[in-house]
Amino acid sequence: MEKSPILSIQNLRRDFKMGDEIVHALRGVSFDIHQGEFVTIMGTSGSGKSTMLNILGCMDKPTSGHYILDGEHTEKLKRDALAVIRNKKLGFVFQSYNLLSRTTAIENVELPLLYNSKISASERRKRAIAALEMVGLQDRMNHLPNQMSGGQQQRVAIARALVNDPVIILADEATGNLDTRTSYEIMMIFQELHRQGKTIAFVTHEPDIATFSGRTITLRDGLLKKDVINENVADARAALEALPPPEVFDDEEQPGGEHRGEMSSEGSSNTTGKVRRREDAR
Amino acid sequence: MSPFSLMKIALKALFRNRMRTFLSVLGIVIGVAAVIAMVAMGEGSKQSIKDQMTSMGTNAIIISPNRDRRGGVQTESAVSLEEADIIALRTEAQYIDAVSPMITSGGQAIVGNNNSPTALSGISADYLRIRNYEIDEGVMFDDEADRIAKVCVIGQTVVRNLFPEGNPIGKTIRYKSIPLKVIGTLKAKGSGDFGQDQDDIIFAPYQTVMKRFNATTEIRQIFANTIGEGYAEKATEEIMGILKERRQWTKPMDPFRVFTQEEMITMMTNTSDMLSLVLTVIAGISLFVGGIGIMNIMYVSVTERTKEIGLRMAIGARGRDILLQFLFESVMISLLGGLIGIALGIGASEIVRNVLNWPMKVSATSVIVSFGVCFATGVFFGWYPARKASRLDPIEALRFE
Repeated sequence: MEKSPILSIQNLRRDFKMGDEIVHALRGVSFDIHQGEFVTIMGTSGSGKSTMLNILGCMDKPTSGHYILDGEHTEKLKRDALAVIRNKKLGFVFQSYNLLSRTTAIENVELPLLYNSKISASERRKRAIAALEMVGLQDRMNHLPNQMSGGQQQRVAIARALVNDPVIILADEATGNLDTRTSYEIMMIFQELHRQGKTIAFVTHEPDIATFSGRTITLRDGLLKKDVINENVADARAALEALPPPEVFDDEEQPGGEHRGEMSSEGSSNTTGKVRRREDAR
Repeated sequence: MSPFSLMKIALKALFRNRMRTFLSVLGIVIGVAAVIAMVAMGEGSKQSIKDQMTSMGTNAIIISPNRDRRGGVQTESAVSLEEADIIALRTEAQYIDAVSPMITSGGQAIVGNNNSPTALSGISADYLRIRNYEIDEGVMFDDEADRIAKVCVIGQTVVRNLFPEGNPIGKTIRYKSIPLKVIGTLKAKGSGDFGQDQDDIIFAPYQTVMKRFNATTEIRQIFANTIGEGYAEKATEEIMGILKERRQWTKPMDPFRVFTQEEMITMMTNTSDMLSLVLTVIAGISLFVGGIGIMNIMYVSVTERTKEIGLRMAIGARGRDILLQFLFESVMISLLGGLIGIALGIGASEIVRNVLNWPMKVSATSVIVSFGVCFATGVFFGWYPARKASRLDPIEALRFE
């Protein structure tokens, strides 16, 4: 781990005006993320984690405070400059994949590089192929999103987030639309990327997902509640192998939906997860 | 983003909604085709008027009695032209080169089993010079020697109709039962663009037509030509002066109307200019409506693809990348419409020309201007939807369902 952080936020505040009222989504949060860290950002609905992610992703600007990404004070930048930061320094993985429909996997992965005029078409293709190989989709490069499973689509999305070699990958409930088994597969990929030295910030509200990361930051009511180092990082591959064979197909809903890792018979169903998280996003 | 990538994205989006694209393109196609065809029609008729005028003789002047119009009904004029006027013009006028009366008689010319429904024109020999006719075979009649002689000179169409085997000189045709000896034929002049055949003509001495056919001394029209270009105004004044003086005319209204070639061209091209302007404006409106169609569809496209726009912004598209993406799309619709429209307009003009025999002239200017206008239409009507897209907030756009 390097001494100077790759990402540093200092006393970050974000207020929203809702009619006459001012809502304080973030009330002064500070933390650093260092190169090579795998951090989970947790929090319940309304904790400010979505706002935090939007600011970390340079799609929103703080009302006050500082956000230094890879040495740049982003809070001072204009719209276009922020777009360039997103293009060159950030990689996004969304809950709902957000792949362009009727566009092949490789074209989806190439997309961020299209907005970087310095990269030639052949270089673009080469990097896209490399990114798809990294997520194990080298056989499906010319598949369309609707020809792929949810897990495969999310892997394409991860490849897209990798292709510009970002300083940090931001994942927003990246396993939220997936069943337990596929979630673990995705977490395996994230752990693999982490092993290769990538910096990852993973927003989730599922504690078992947090166990796969080395550090967990918990937000509550717009404040930093906990920032703990996880000494005992779970291995996603082991968790996956511990699951019963995949032919057990369950529709059973799991109460609370928080302990999806234990047994597949208790795994949360895909749909409930989706609905719950949508509410969360608002 | 490179223009090539932008074009690829635009083509893909357009191809994805084929029907929608087709309908928006159609709006532009109709507009452009209409503009091209209307301009072709206007240009064609203007050209044909000019051609016709030139073939009539470059410096021709037509004198006719000024008829009083009341409530759309032509009342007989109090004055008429007479032979003495012609003689006066010939002797007194300086700016006039040749003078000829023009008396027509309708009927049919018959030779054996052949006939030709051709008007008989009573003229003096000078008429050939005024109207640029030339003798092909034989001779022209002489005003003095053949004053009321039963002779005629015929055009090539009449030759074909009446003498299919050729050699008309010396033969006799019957016109309203009166025999006329053919003493000459005219060189072919071809047809005017409005379809009237300038070779479908029979000339006879004017006295012959007046006395033998029409039984009148009244002359309806006198043709003349000036001594050269640019004398039209002076010649008009002079003619009017001579004719008024002969009658000691004092009334404020001129007794005759003198039309010069220049006046006729201006008058007729003015009418045709006006007409083509009106038609072009109407066609332009349909192009405008086509543009509104593009704008409408671009708004739909932007709304439909809000989430895609959000994603593109999240991965680094700047406002202007998005703006260009949608602008490319609308410009492609309009240019595609423009290309098809130009082809269709030219095709329609050709069909009208060949089938209906209307004079149509597709001008290169109208094609270039149409193409330019299409480009402008695409940019203009695509601008607002594209700007709307480029100003979306990425967070909001990504959340859009």
